[in-house]
Amino acid sequence: MSGLLEVIDGGIGNSIQDTGRFGYRHMGITVSGALDSWLARCANALVGNAPDCAVIEIRAVGPTLQVTHGRIRVALAGELSATITRASGRSQQVAPWVSVTLFPKDRLEVAFLTGGTAYLAVSGGIRSPLQLGSRSTYQRAAIGGIDGQPLMSGQSLPCASQDHRQYHEYHSDPWSCAGGAACTVRVMLGPQHDYFKPQAIDTLLGCEYQVSAQQDRMGMRLDGPPLAHLTVQSADIVSDGVTPGCIQVPGNGQPIILLADCQTVGGYPKIATVISADLPLLAQMHPGQTLRFAAVDARQAKSALLAREAQWESWVGDMAFGVHNVAALYNDPTAAWDYVDDQSNEECDR
Amino acid sequence: MNSLSVPSAPRLLPLGDTAWTLEFGDKIDPALHARVLGLAGALALARESGDAQFVAVVDVVPTFRSLTVHYNPLLADGERLGEDLLHLAESAGSASQVGRQWVIPVCFDEEFAPDLDDLAKAKGLSRDAVIALMTGASFQVYMIGFMPGFPYMGGLPAELEVPRLASPRKAVPARSLAIAGAMCSVYPWESPGGWRLLGRTPVPMFAASEVDSPSLLASGDRVRWQSIDKSRYLEIEAAIGAGRFDRQSLLPGVA
Repeated sequence: MSGLLEVIDGGIGNSIQDTGRFGYRHMGITVSGALDSWLARCANALVGNAPDCAVIEIRAVGPTLQVTHGRIRVALAGELSATITRASGRSQQVAPWVSVTLFPKDRLEVAFLTGGTAYLAVSGGIRSPLQLGSRSTYQRAAIGGIDGQPLMSGQSLPCASQDHRQYHEYHSDPWSCAGGAACTVRVMLGPQHDYFKPQAIDTLLGCEYQVSAQQDRMGMRLDGPPLAHLTVQSADIVSDGVTPGCIQVPGNGQPIILLADCQTVGGYPKIATVISADLPLLAQMHPGQTLRFAAVDARQAKSALLAREAQWESWVGDMAFGVHNVAALYNDPTAAWDYVDDQSNEECDR
Repeated sequence: MNSLSVPSAPRLLPLGDTAWTLEFGDKIDPALHARVLGLAGALALARESGDAQFVAVVDVVPTFRSLTVHYNPLLADGERLGEDLLHLAESAGSASQVGRQWVIPVCFDEEFAPDLDDLAKAKGLSRDAVIALMTGASFQVYMIGFMPGFPYMGGLPAELEVPRLASPRKAVPARSLAIAGAMCSVYPWESPGGWRLLGRTPVPMFAASEVDSPSLLASGDRVRWQSIDKSRYLEIEAAIGAGRFDRQSLLPGVA
């Protein structure tokens, strides 16, 4: 069964994202996709979705959505909360890490996010049109999402309605892979660390860097001790390929870490690249936060990735299902407890 | 002579645990680019034939002087993949005439070409001489980047080489034909930009609706510009708007 949500207020910095758009980088089309892919998977798991369904990525001011039709299960993953105003007028606070079922005319207002990245998943995933194999919004090329745009009022978001009256919900422990206040981000040196003076490598790996307020889905500027190029000329290269996690250093010596919406090629030398296991740490950093870099080799990067995957498997294995959603029951006078197994929940179609 | 010696093996450079760059050199040079295309072609063949070594590869990006191969780290032994790519590069050789041969219409009317008169004056050429140089040359697409569908093309006649504008425009109209340094391009969308604008094509450089190839051009393609007048420009623009335009008509060598 289909469900439909209307965007009452798009908020700020919110977009539809999935696992990304692969196979088009040679045409200049970036990968996009969730900045914190494990957290997006968590949100999906909390509504019974496959891990790669499209979700709403929240970066600043959360959106307000209203159910047009269907019974729609929603869940938040991340450090933020929401308020539901039921059709009856009654209000209810929603915490992250627990699912809630919404009914027609119910309204969900997601609060501010004080930094980092959070996800809102809906049953069945956001079923906006697939474009070039993905639903991820890439605003620069106006593809993905709804008409290539960030979330904004007036948009309709197709999703799935619950087949049965499953007034029992999911809940879990918070997912966390964050490194805490003094966060260490692991990198592999290269591809152009030989364009820098040897002491620049020591600086990168030995000093603290602050996350600046200049950041978006394309990249994140850092403030800290400058990284010296070998010569003035070596601050520019003939453009070559880049990927999310690359730490490029322009002439001023201040590093910029590329993120999911980065360009496909770039003309600044890249001193090091953040390993895939630690990319989510970047998505969760607040302006002003301090980070350090540590160098690892390919084998260590692989075991870090496998450890992160194992951590996620364990998290999803511990997730509980069957928590009674008393509020939903209270709200729907026709409801009766219906202990149908959740297997009937529609899989998302990608 | 260096140019006659056996080409050196590319350098294998890691981009973290999700990509390798195979770097053939550090300059913009047609010979280096031919080696990039040679490896890209060999890798495409290996992937099409279902070669298990390369199943983890998700994106292959040719640039002026290197090939970046992105892979899924969960499906690959990264170091092994790097070695396999180096071996492939040794046997791949060069490929220069691999792409399509486009003839793309451009209107050089004043309203579309705000920098044409200045360029002609600076070079001591007539307006028509600049147009003749542009339409007489064959441009080689080195890579697509900067923005989706934006081609970096070499082959600009040396008489027309010119630095970027000292102060970039806030908004370059979409489909503007532009040059800077020894490069030529067409802006796919309206965007800020500092390249010199010499004309405009009615043909979109990027169309997401073309699922197989949203970018009109690809690395390795060759392009000739065909001068058209304003009325022809408007005709083609209208045909494209109405969905009555076939990209194939820009490939005259293809029957």
